[in-house]
Amino acid sequence: MLIRDASKYALQGLVGQPMRSSLTALGIAVGIAAVVLLTSLGEGVHRYVLGEFTQFGTNLIGIAPGKTSTTGFSGAVISNVRPMTIEDALALRRLPRVVAAVPVVQGNAAVKYRQRSRRTYIFGVGAAAPEVWQMRVAQGRFLPDDDPRAARAFVVLGSKVRTELFGRDNPLGQRVRIGSEHYRVLGVMETKGQMLGFDLDDAVFIPAGRALALFNRESLMEIDLLHAEGSLSSEVARRARQLLIDRHGDEDFTIVTQDQMLEVLGSILNILTMAVGALGGISLLVGGVGILTIMTIAVNERKAEIGLLRALGAGRRQILSLFIGEAIVLASLGGLAGLMVGAGGAWLLEKIVPALPTHTSWRYVLLAEGLACLIGLLAGVLPAHHAARLDPIEALRAE
Amino acid sequence: MIQLEQVERVFQVGEEKVYALRQVDLTVQKGEYVSIMGPSGSGKSTLLNILGLLDRPDHGVYRLEGMDTTELSERRQAHVRRHKIGFIFQFFHLVPRLSAAENVELPLALAGIEHRRRKGRVAEALERLGLADRARHRPDQLSGGQRQRVAIARATIMKPAIILADEPTGNLDRVSGQDVIATIEELNRDGMTVVIVTHDPELGQRTNRQVRMLDGRIEDDCRGPS
Ligand SMILES: Nc1ncnc2c1ncn2[C@@H]1O[C@H](COP(=O)(O)OP(=O)(O)OP(=O)(O)O)[C@@H](O)[C@H]1O
Ligand SMILES: [Mg+2]
Repeated sequence: MLIRDASKYALQGLVGQPMRSSLTALGIAVGIAAVVLLTSLGEGVHRYVLGEFTQFGTNLIGIAPGKTSTTGFSGAVISNVRPMTIEDALALRRLPRVVAAVPVVQGNAAVKYRQRSRRTYIFGVGAAAPEVWQMRVAQGRFLPDDDPRAARAFVVLGSKVRTELFGRDNPLGQRVRIGSEHYRVLGVMETKGQMLGFDLDDAVFIPAGRALALFNRESLMEIDLLHAEGSLSSEVARRARQLLIDRHGDEDFTIVTQDQMLEVLGSILNILTMAVGALGGISLLVGGVGILTIMTIAVNERKAEIGLLRALGAGRRQILSLFIGEAIVLASLGGLAGLMVGAGGAWLLEKIVPALPTHTSWRYVLLAEGLACLIGLLAGVLPAHHAARLDPIEALRAE
Repeated sequence: MIQLEQVERVFQVGEEKVYALRQVDLTVQKGEYVSIMGPSGSGKSTLLNILGLLDRPDHGVYRLEGMDTTELSERRQAHVRRHKIGFIFQFFHLVPRLSAAENVELPLALAGIEHRRRKGRVAEALERLGLADRARHRPDQLSGGQRQRVAIARATIMKPAIILADEPTGNLDRVSGQDVIATIEELNRDGMTVVIVTHDPELGQRTNRQVRMLDGRIEDDCRGPS
């Protein structure tokens, strides 16, 4: 029998019972719609989070003091953690393939201009920060490449701090007070927006050495390296590790390349997407049981027809594939409807709630439709097997 | 053509054995027109089912065109049914959701014959049975006689060598019945071997060979229209 005839026969069988067929297909449609919608949300969140993390560039390596071992003990437990210094950052900068190194100290302090004051994030950084973090200066310029041990008292404002303190006034060249020291405003950063709920515009940037003094710290909180495009992050990380071990006498720091971070993050988010997809899959199971039920009923109702087909020369295998085919057609039509509803729903959701990122991935769409067909196959096997096993004479007698 | 030797068919009903056929010997030549008659439960349908390879004898040999069918696999039997045998039933057995033409086309589709070679054959078969203007009607839109004629068109579309009819007029009024019998006799004149089970003595008289069954045995087998 030709595939075309078999599918036509299956379709006619389903069209013959339009109400029943569409209700059964609906069960699968709901399941597939749930799978597609949920995985669209999962993929959307995935892309959103990765986007947030890569907006600082992709060739980053972060080094923090203290050793985070796989057993989960933080560096604080190890007694001989040496402070990570600006000199460490300067040494790292001279490594081959390293384009820039930014020492980072971060804290909270009030920034005052005349009578106005705002508590904000203070970032102690080096001159290379905009390049490494892919930020742009909107007005004036960024911190100069001073000797970091004796950097002049300059400050660059985040866009929000600028408007809060200066309103419409030109801040360039003005003096603000941070702690007990005066800083001259050298520039204003472009608006960068939020990253995972963290407002990057509500921050100011001062030289790292001064931030250490301001917060009374000995050690940097982090050193960020930017390595050259096309060089292996793991290789650069290995050199950086060797250098710091030579300087510190011990591995009392943790290096995380962005590649590693994205990889871990990506796999976590993948699991999340799979998990929500599986949740939708449960409703698919229910739809599958619906198909099983309906096909069992159909086989019982159509016994005489099965007997006739046998008399006309259909073998058991043909009967088996006809009924399995019917179950698959039913499931895949339901699946198709579900795909449209799910993908349409995801699209609509993003239009209505733009904060909720969705992304319908072809991979999951094809997977879902494949799953629908598989469910049809599995749900069809048992009733079809029953149909094929019928004694043709008994079947012909049923009416 | 058809050769039965010492064929037995036994049904186990609970503890009891029911002999539907006992030591049946029957030979039918090509082109014969045979009627099988007998009281209810005498084994007529069982015999016809065995002839049509829908059932297997428990004992004995059934040779069809010289080939021992009892040795055949289920697949081969289906193949023989498809190409050599046409069934006509008392209750027509049309697929209710398919049109007359689609019902007639069914054996061609099951045999995997290409589309472009089918339409003509279906139209021709319907035409021959005077159903050309009913091709697109569904069975519930046809009279009993028309339904049986659609069934005959379906049974003959593969040009089988043998037509097996189990009380083909049992569900029809006299006029439609005569009509259907005339059609079947025409097939016989065209060379098909016809075996027909009937309760109607008048109809039995028309065939050139009458087999009488009783209690699973062939009681009487006489030739020539009386
Ligand atoms: N599947 C079965 N199980 C048990 N007994 C059966 C079965 N099929 C047929 N029989 C028995 O075999 C015998 C012959 O049955 P069959 O149907 O061949 O009779 P028949 O001559 O066609 O009768 P009718 O004229 O009523 O159609 C009957 O006694 C019947 O009860
Ligand atoms: Mg009978």
